[in-house]
Amino acid sequence: MTVITSVPPPEGGLGGKASPQARGGPGGSSPQGWYSAVPGPLRFIGRALRTLWGNGKARAGLIILGIIVLAAIFAPLIAPHSPTATTFAPYKGPSATNWLGTTGNGQDVFSQLIYGSRISLIVGLCAGALATLVAVTIGLISGYRQGPVDEVLSFVTNLALVIPALPLMIILAAYLQGHSVWTIVLVVAFTSWATGARVIRSQTKTLRTREFVTSAVFSGERLFRIAFRDILPNMTSLVAASFLAAATAAVLAEASLEFLGLGNPSTVSWGTILYAAQQQNALLTGQWMMVFAPGLAIVLLMVSFVLINFGIDALSNPRLREK
Amino acid sequence: MRYILRKVTLFIITLWAAITLNFILPRLMPGSPVDAALGKLASAGVPITNAEKAAVEAQLGAPHTSIFVQYADYLRNIATLRFGTSFSFPNQTVAETIGKALPWTVALVGTTTVFAFVVGTLLGVYAGWHRGKFGDSSVTVGATFFGAFPPFWLGLLLLYWLSFKYGWFPIKGGYSPGVTPNWSLSFLGDALDHSVLPGLTLAITTLSGWVFGMRNNMINTLGEDYVTFAEANGLRSRTVALLYAARNALLPNVTSFGLMLGAVVGGSVLVEGIYSYPGVGNLLYLAVTNHDYPLMQALLLVFTLSMLVAIFVVDLLYVRLDPRVRSTS
Repeated sequence: MTVITSVPPPEGGLGGKASPQARGGPGGSSPQGWYSAVPGPLRFIGRALRTLWGNGKARAGLIILGIIVLAAIFAPLIAPHSPTATTFAPYKGPSATNWLGTTGNGQDVFSQLIYGSRISLIVGLCAGALATLVAVTIGLISGYRQGPVDEVLSFVTNLALVIPALPLMIILAAYLQGHSVWTIVLVVAFTSWATGARVIRSQTKTLRTREFVTSAVFSGERLFRIAFRDILPNMTSLVAASFLAAATAAVLAEASLEFLGLGNPSTVSWGTILYAAQQQNALLTGQWMMVFAPGLAIVLLMVSFVLINFGIDALSNPRLREK
Repeated sequence: MRYILRKVTLFIITLWAAITLNFILPRLMPGSPVDAALGKLASAGVPITNAEKAAVEAQLGAPHTSIFVQYADYLRNIATLRFGTSFSFPNQTVAETIGKALPWTVALVGTTTVFAFVVGTLLGVYAGWHRGKFGDSSVTVGATFFGAFPPFWLGLLLLYWLSFKYGWFPIKGGYSPGVTPNWSLSFLGDALDHSVLPGLTLAITTLSGWVFGMRNNMINTLGEDYVTFAEANGLRSRTVALLYAARNALLPNVTSFGLMLGAVVGGSVLVEGIYSYPGVGNLLYLAVTNHDYPLMQALLLVFTLSMLVAIFVVDLLYVRLDPRVRSTS
């Protein structure tokens, strides 16, 4: 679990007003002809990736994440068998045909593992994005507006922080019984925005007294424009860090809920493999690979997010930067 | 004094908000949790008195009563600890069930948190002091991996290898079957033996939060002028690390105590479930798998209130730790 403790100095973001080229990835190439033809957002992501690539930990994270993403995209090509077909002898240990053994229903665990990356990635990224959206909105408004608006929003944020997230998620999922991935995305997003909101609020508070914000206020810009167009771009790294932290939490939460049987047991995900393993007493029958492999996959995905976050932290906070 | 007064006010308001949220939640949910709960009670063969029915309705929603009357009933029931009856434990009230389980979790989570705090903070100090060197990278990478372990997964693996395969620890429960809990030394030893694996699981998975928090604080503190000054004075590096840097880096870490506690409490639900540990986490595990709504709802309240109280206590302790808080008030 990542705790964002370091609040980076302002203007230090990836897309901040300070030139990101200056702190350079490898090469730090000058703008080329084709480069300016690429649409803005894509160019921004490319620049961010190249900057992150220069950081050792972030590079390791990007590589792990890349492998998992490739596995998810090309699952039908990589997986040797269908993840749902019950064509094998049940309760088998690892063998040449079933690398990680078979489930109690005779499904190939390795193929399930490959296909399962899809759900974990979707839930992690969607819930992370949704939680970040809420966090940014609440954090920006409550940091920028002083007085009652801030008081109320801060109070709601602190309340959400106090309620233990996993028990709340479990209870919401138990009531909803939606048995769909999107229920889990909503539940996870609803319960994990508060940390990010608090960090973004405190950063907004320090930025709002800066000259460029003051000049925007005097030029008569509206609140939302100032908050989202003037202040937000200076916190890109912070937003990215909250997104990755929320995505990490979401991957874990999804696996936990699925493990409890609160997801849809007929979808194939890392959480449901673990659920099936627990239901079929895989450990008692000696099939520890069925527990070990999906758990390790979850760990690797979470680690990749955390490692990339280290890179962002190091870029935005010079004191944390590696020499 | 102003600081304490503000904290007390905030505590009371948050308490009220949490209790109210607990009231609203089941009423917003699709379907009818009340009917489901009453139906389950009936099918479990529990005789439903009018008082019982009223208690369950006050908690989960009564279809024919005005919301204000329901809210008043609910608050009254909370104050008198009437949470209705759960069909999982029909022979005792929900309050009794939770009352029996709570000490186990408090002991487990409390010990684990203190252990993780001490070990994690020390590792964080070490990593921060040796930043950029081999020691730092190994601690950071190690903590990253351990921190990403899903608690229930680590629990299952430890259970498999250490209990099932090698038989070093008991497989399930909080104490040996057939023993009645008492305060004798042999029972405490037995309980300790049963708590090692759940405690270890929780400690390992929550360690990383303390490590990273402390490491980052250390690095920020090490950039301060007074640390450079202490070094320039020729003080021994251990003195500088522990008495100058770590001491000040510790303060922000104490404030994250509440958040960390949330992670431990959350992790305890699944870990206690896996080890069949007799605490409230296991109760929630049972309540959710059985769709036992009255028990579930009461447990969410207990979890939230425990967190609130713990954070409140840390806030008050913080006054003792940080003189700045006292002087600004």
